[in-house]
Amino acid sequence: MKQYKNIIAAYSIMILLIISVGVLQSWSIALTILNYCLISAVMTIGANIQWGYAGLINFGIMGYTALGGLAAVLVNTPPVKEAWKAGGMEMIISLILIILGVYLIHLILRKLVKSKKRNYLIALIIIIGFLVVRYISGPAIENIEAVDPAKTGFLGGLGLPIIFSWIVGGLFAAGIAFIVGKIALGLRADYLAIATLLIAEIIVSVIKHEDWLSRGVKNVIGLKRPVPYEVDLQNTSWFINLVEKFHSKKLQLISSMSEKQDILNHLVIDASSVYVKLCLAGLFLTVVIILLILTQKALYSPWGRKMRAIRDNEVAANAMGKNVVKEHLLIFILGSAIVGIAGAMMVTNDGLFTPGSYRPMRYTFVIWVMVIVGGTGNNFGAILGGFVVWFLWVEAAPIALFFINFFTSHLEETNSFKAHLIESAAYFRFLLVGIGLLIIMRYRPKGLIPEKINIKKI
Amino acid sequence: MEFINAIILLLNYTIIPALTYGSQLALGAIFVTLVYGILRFANFATGDMMSFGTMIAVLLTFYFQSLGISFGFLPTALLTIPFAIIGMIFYMLFIDKFVFSYYRIKKSPPVQLAMVSVGVMFVTQAIIRIIIGPFDRRFFDGEKFILKATEFKEMTGLNEGLTIKSTQAITILVTIVLVSIMFWFLNRTKTGTSMRAYSDNEDLALLSGIDPKRVVLITWIIAGMLATIGGVLYGLDKSYRPFVYFNNMLPIFAAAIVGGIGNPFGAFLGGYVIAFAEILITYAYKKFFTYILPDFLEPDSLVQLLSTDYKFAVSFSILVIVLLFRPSGIFKGKTL
Repeated sequence: MKQYKNIIAAYSIMILLIISVGVLQSWSIALTILNYCLISAVMTIGANIQWGYAGLINFGIMGYTALGGLAAVLVNTPPVKEAWKAGGMEMIISLILIILGVYLIHLILRKLVKSKKRNYLIALIIIIGFLVVRYISGPAIENIEAVDPAKTGFLGGLGLPIIFSWIVGGLFAAGIAFIVGKIALGLRADYLAIATLLIAEIIVSVIKHEDWLSRGVKNVIGLKRPVPYEVDLQNTSWFINLVEKFHSKKLQLISSMSEKQDILNHLVIDASSVYVKLCLAGLFLTVVIILLILTQKALYSPWGRKMRAIRDNEVAANAMGKNVVKEHLLIFILGSAIVGIAGAMMVTNDGLFTPGSYRPMRYTFVIWVMVIVGGTGNNFGAILGGFVVWFLWVEAAPIALFFINFFTSHLEETNSFKAHLIESAAYFRFLLVGIGLLIIMRYRPKGLIPEKINIKKI
Repeated sequence: MEFINAIILLLNYTIIPALTYGSQLALGAIFVTLVYGILRFANFATGDMMSFGTMIAVLLTFYFQSLGISFGFLPTALLTIPFAIIGMIFYMLFIDKFVFSYYRIKKSPPVQLAMVSVGVMFVTQAIIRIIIGPFDRRFFDGEKFILKATEFKEMTGLNEGLTIKSTQAITILVTIVLVSIMFWFLNRTKTGTSMRAYSDNEDLALLSGIDPKRVVLITWIIAGMLATIGGVLYGLDKSYRPFVYFNNMLPIFAAAIVGGIGNPFGAFLGGYVIAFAEILITYAYKKFFTYILPDFLEPDSLVQLLSTDYKFAVSFSILVIVLLFRPSGIFKGKTL
């Protein structure tokens, strides 16, 4: 029990902080922060599996998040029939051709001996395949994008509930991670970081510019939520009654009938947004708990011990007959899949998909800061890191504003220096997170909640 | 005639822009490679350090302009570069003293230093945005063109015009001068040799009496020069925007790795490889082919391999290909 004391203390402080935001600012903001904290926690679990368990640096988190988002779009949006008619066939043919090409190359790699001729053959197949696919898909893409470009202009999705996309997002990310892992995992640590970062950038730029698939920078809005909508809630009687009951004491104090109705309306509007966010938080929390249980089980299983052995001494683990390459690939795929799930969850939470917003700063580096700050190799630590860093990231601006006002209170309102500082309060989040990372790296390199390994004594 | 037109077309739209962009990348790539070779970590704060140096230059330019100082037909920013370099070097040494040196002395693994540089990236970005804001700033003044398209057409009587912006000429010239001085310094002087020795084999270098502090100091000084000049040249050519500088880190990394990380000459060429690939692959060759092919063969489509949206993706794909087939880069990496 003693070893959990720190963890419980840290989490209680975190919950208190979020509650204090609820009291000081508003409950709606507090719940928004909580939801993002939970999503970040899923991402950090994914990153922590790779970095903490196996020592693999994956700076491509952004790419897998975007893939999860794409999954949400492809699962949830209704199919666009006209677009399918305009060019669906050609796109399917192109897809089949690409799969055939990859299969062919795979076959050549397996059957033919390594030689210059083989390389030329592969290059030839790639070039011809590229040209043929462009020839077939080019006009089709134009046709698809011409179908009502203001509203659709893409093939649409399956029209299924968005919850399914969480699994699909994971699968998407896992599939791409398999390819990326095959390419990049042989590289040394810092090369791997750069390579994954750049590959993620390629993934995002494909999602951003292939309008027929994802609408690109035109964004997809109005994805259906798995929880009720505020407007519907505000018109349902049970919800209004519930709010009335909840606030009955406050409402009794008001005598005038119309005023009472007015306040009740306000309360209902507030409560509906809180209720919706609570529902989402419940869903996210379920995912976090399931993942936490699974990852904890994995960490203390023989497999987890094997991963740690590989992380701490690759050569020795290899000598003991552990297949390092295979295990690295496996853990790379698993971690990326979890990040993909988080990406789908994030789009679910927002209800919209904006490929332009996937930037390495927010979706790779901040997540990494979370893992490092929280505690590498410790799932509780990683989740805590997600909470702490996201909280700082969001609340940095208000905190900075408070301090700026405090320290410049002797200056006049019109002072240009003060005005400039207040204007740039939002950027103090970078400063806060950066300095936080540097301090943790220096004085507590294992993170807030360090990894604990129980070694049984004989 | 048709043929000359086609050549001029290519020169105007691909080769000169690619040379300019390549020079800017090359300076950044040498910076990355030097830090990687001597200080032994991948510096994720590269883009933001360049941005920081440029910011000083931009602010000084605005100050000089308000004082009425100008540099004739050349941009005022060139005057501010020495001051910006000094500011940049002080900032780098400050960071090194309080952040990097601790890990260097402790001999932490490179990964840890890379993570620390991510922290530096955040802090630098914050400082830049707090001081100058995230907006787009143009600080170019002076003569804009050396050669205008219309003048060129009149002079030669060709259909295609050739434009040479003064920023393009300045970029290429400054890069050539700077890089030659740097290579001379690294290969011919005693200090340069000691730096290469330190990069090759730290223990042996220490054993033969090379002062590591001096090597590190000089590395940061050279790095500060490269970062500032590279950043200012890019800003003059396009415009200064912190976010764009952060993003430029990615093709710069690609250039450094493609050239063979740790190898300055490789990084220098890597910059041009990346720049030429980006521009040649995303250029629409329709007009070019209409010039050189006979009429019945003229293409109807744009003859563009990839749309310009994929500019960045091209350079990263090249990186992936290089990593797959020659992980040590085109030129063998890790020698300085």
